[in-house]
Amino acid sequence: MTGATETVLEAVELHKSFGETTALHGASVTVRAGEVLAVLGPSGSGKSTLLHCMAGILLPDAGTVSYRGIDLAALAGHRRSALRRDEFGFVFQFGQLVPELSCVENVALPLRLAGQRRKAAERIAREWLARLDVDTVAGKRPGEVSGGQGQRVAVARAMVTRPKVVFADEPTGALDSLNSERVLELLVAAARDTNAAVVLVTHETRVAAFSDRDITVRDGKVRQTEFSR
Amino acid sequence: MSIANTLLGLLESGPRHGYDLKRAYDERFSAERPLHYGQVYSTLQRLLRNGLVSEAGVEAGDGPERKRYAITDAGITDIEKWLASPESPSSYLQNTLYTKVVLALLSGRGAAELLDTQRAAHLAKMRELTKRKTGGDLADALICDHALFHLEADLRWLELTAARLDELTERVRI
Ligand SMILES: Nc1ncnc2c1ncn2[C@@H]1O[C@H](COP(=O)(O)OP(=O)(O)OP(=O)(O)O)[C@@H](O)[C@H]1O
Ligand SMILES: [Mg+2]
Repeated sequence: MTGATETVLEAVELHKSFGETTALHGASVTVRAGEVLAVLGPSGSGKSTLLHCMAGILLPDAGTVSYRGIDLAALAGHRRSALRRDEFGFVFQFGQLVPELSCVENVALPLRLAGQRRKAAERIAREWLARLDVDTVAGKRPGEVSGGQGQRVAVARAMVTRPKVVFADEPTGALDSLNSERVLELLVAAARDTNAAVVLVTHETRVAAFSDRDITVRDGKVRQTEFSR
Repeated sequence: MSIANTLLGLLESGPRHGYDLKRAYDERFSAERPLHYGQVYSTLQRLLRNGLVSEAGVEAGDGPERKRYAITDAGITDIEKWLASPESPSSYLQNTLYTKVVLALLSGRGAAELLDTQRAAHLAKMRELTKRKTGGDLADALICDHALFHLEADLRWLELTAARLDELTERVRI
C-alpha cells in the first residue's frame, strides 16, 4: 500500500464535556491514508463523541482536529460543512437515509448537493448500488428494504463522493452475523479500491478484525494498542 | 474429536484409499495438524474389525495404500447415531487464560497488563482468520468462522473481566 503512512486526519488532546459529563478527556488519534482503523471501547467511553469531533460534526472544547493539515475549528461553519460533504462519508447504525426518497435518490443526494445534475448523479448512484449488490432496491424507499439492504445503500451513499475518510459508527450493529460480514466486506473493499481511510467504531471484535489497526477508548482517552498487520 | 467417526463420515460419499481419506481429513478438518498415516491405518483396522467398514477391492501392487475401504450398513447406522447425539457442552473452565488471570490476581501482580497483551494477540489472530476467509472456499470459511466466534467469546470474557478488575482483585484475595 503506497502512502499508507501519510496522515490524513489527526486529533490531538481532545476534550469535550456535555454539562457535567466529560466525554473526552485528552483523546488523541492519527488516521493514515487508506487504512481501516477500528475504534473499540466500552459503552459510554466516548467513541461516538470522538468520531463526531474527528468528523467536524462537533467542535471539541479543547484540542485540535486537522484534516490534511487544515484545522477544522478554524474553518467557517459553511466551509466545514462543505469539507464534510466532499471529503468525508458517513455510515451509522440507523436512520441515515431520507425516508421520503428512493434508495437511488438517497445515494445520489450527496452528489446533487455538490451541484451535479440529477441524471449524472443517479447514474453514478446506480453504479454504487450495483457494486454493493443492491441495485434491485434502487426504486424502493428505505422503509421498504431489509436492514442489511438498507446498510448497503448507506455504504453506497457514503462512498458515492469518493471520500478520503469514511466514518462508520456501529455500521452493522443491528444486523445478523452473515449480513454484518457482507456489509463490512463490501465497505472495506470499496474503501480499499478508492484509497479511503475508514474510522470504524464498534464494540464487537469480529467487526474490528476487518481493520488494519485498532485503538481502544477508555474514560475519554485513547489507548493505542497498535497491533497492526 | 473422534477420528473414527470422522473417517466413517467421509466414507459415506464413496469408497476411498487410506491415503485419500487422510488427505480429505486434513483438508477439511485439520489443515494445521495433519493426521499421521499410521493413525489412519490403525483406525481403519479397528473399523474393519467392528464391521463398520469393509474392504472394497485392492489395486495391483502392495502396501496398505492400495486397499479401498467402503462404509457398511452398520457403519451408516453408527454415523447416524453419532450425528444425532449432542456433544456435551464444555464450559472451558480449565482454560489456561482463566487460570493465569486468577493467579495474577491472587499473587497481587494485577491482571490489567496480561489482559491487554492477550487482547492484542487475540485480535491479531482474528485479523489473520478474517483475511484468510475472504478468498477462501466455503469449507475453509466455516473453519475460520468457528475459530473466530470462539476467540470472540474469549475476548468478551476478557473485556468483562477487565471492567470488573478492581472488584475481582478484592474478592480473589479474600
Ligand atoms: N449529546 C450529549 N449530551 C449529553 N451527554 C452526552 C451527549 N453525547 C454523549 N454524552 C455522554 O458522553 C459520554 C460518552 O458518550 P459516547 O456516545 O461518546 O459513548 P460511546 O462510547 O459511543 O458509547 P456507546 O458504545 O454506548 O455508543 C457518555 O457518558 C454520554 O452519556
Ligand atoms: Mg456510540
